[in-house]
Amino acid sequence: MHPPNGSSNSCLLEFRNVGVRFDDVVALEGISFRLGPGETRVVLGAAGSGKTVLLKTAAGLIHADEGQVSLFGQDITPLKEQQMYPIRSRVGILFQEGGLFDSITVAENVAYPLVNRAGQEPPDSEVATRVQEALRFVELEHTLEKYPSELSGGMRRRVAIARALVSDPPLVLYDSPTAGLDPITANTIMALIAKERDSQNTANLIVTQRFQDGQLMADFRYNRNRGRLERVSVNGAGGDAGTRTIFMVMKEGRLVFEGEQAELEASSDSYVSKFSPKHA
Amino acid sequence: MLDFLKPYVASVQDFYALAGRAIANVFRSPHYSDDIAIQMDIIGVGSLFIVILTGFFSGLVITMQMSRALAQYGATDQVGQIVAITLVRELGPVLTALLVAGRNASGIASELGSMKVTEQIDAMRALGTDPIKKLVTPRMIATCVMLPLLTIVADFVGMLGGYVIAYFSLGLGTSQYWTNAYQALQYNDVVQGLLKPLVFAFIISVVGCFYGLRTTGGTQGVGRATTEAVVVASVWVFIVTALITRIFVNLH
Repeated sequence: MHPPNGSSNSCLLEFRNVGVRFDDVVALEGISFRLGPGETRVVLGAAGSGKTVLLKTAAGLIHADEGQVSLFGQDITPLKEQQMYPIRSRVGILFQEGGLFDSITVAENVAYPLVNRAGQEPPDSEVATRVQEALRFVELEHTLEKYPSELSGGMRRRVAIARALVSDPPLVLYDSPTAGLDPITANTIMALIAKERDSQNTANLIVTQRFQDGQLMADFRYNRNRGRLERVSVNGAGGDAGTRTIFMVMKEGRLVFEGEQAELEASSDSYVSKFSPKHA
Repeated sequence: MLDFLKPYVASVQDFYALAGRAIANVFRSPHYSDDIAIQMDIIGVGSLFIVILTGFFSGLVITMQMSRALAQYGATDQVGQIVAITLVRELGPVLTALLVAGRNASGIASELGSMKVTEQIDAMRALGTDPIKKLVTPRMIATCVMLPLLTIVADFVGMLGGYVIAYFSLGLGTSQYWTNAYQALQYNDVVQGLLKPLVFAFIISVVGCFYGLRTTGGTQGVGRATTEAVVVASVWVFIVTALITRIFVNLH
């Protein structure tokens, strides 16, 4: 179901020394990293540290003033908005506020990426099936004809995930998927994200303020045969069976830490350790 | 030295860029005809009642006011002419535009503004739809079609209001009033009476969208965008009507 990636298979998203400025305010500076299939990057940081800007820059919604952003091996920095649409249709994005269109139903919201994709419009029956599938994935098949305003916050977030995943994107960007949710709902949402990663081998960029979100991504794998999440190993340390989860910590637009969970926990930096479980 | 002018010049530049892209999209597919129809219903049919009400009473009032002045010259029977010219040339287009600016420039700005602050505009871009094509162009087309039609309705209802006073209060005959009103109108008057609403419609819709799309700062920002849209659209309606009138007066 995935579009062929060709030579870019190894790297879906790459930042090369990226900087973003709003007038005279530096929002991002000197950010570099690579993200491949099945990999997860968890971006932690205080409010206003540039996490959301990083995510929107990755999707080309904000233009990088310095450096280079590549999606699927293509440099998107010089592209115009119009040229960006076909590339973006292969990226799933979950917005912090959900970004659901409140004037149309849940089913129409989830169908939106399929129906409005540049060039190709699948037949109605296929759209209906895939919308059903996507909503079943987030366990909300019964809400098809409801409007987003009739759902609870957690349900809206799940619908937004269904919309982000309906077109089977190889790369998914999540902006604070658990913000403003109770711990139980937050866990459900993170479990869904891990399930998607391990059943579709997607690349994930997850921006969050909660360390627990990253912990779940790093420590658990979805077992397709048993249909549930399983802890990978005691320390969540690498190896083939690992979850290939890298943590990044941002401060005032800069990356101040990059590494695996164990390194994050061992960090002695006072800012970085705020995001490790010792502190939480 | 002139740094304080920068934001204003930048806004004007942004406005022209938006207007240009909105117009260019009229000729580019995909066309969202459903959205155009929905907007026509909201803007056109939705404003009909208030436009009829305002048109009727303004015709009524002009006739009452003018009949006193005309009575001094013993020319009360010419009142149909004055009502027709004032309404068709100026008051019909301007009053209708101001009503639609109050009703729809605010509606558009607050709708797009809320979409902006809840990331729906970003979501739209992320999902591969051009927000200008999907949101701005349909509103612009719908307003440009409906405002001239609403103006025609307002003009007619206004003359009807004038007739009510002329017949019941001034004692003029039916054909006397209507013939006088009809004959006063020239080709030139009708052209400027329909050109104005077309230009106003463009201003109202694009100004509404412009302030909606540049909304920042949450719910408070939506309120500010709405107010700005109505004020700016209304002011431009007055400025542009003066310009168009000047051109047509010279043409005459």
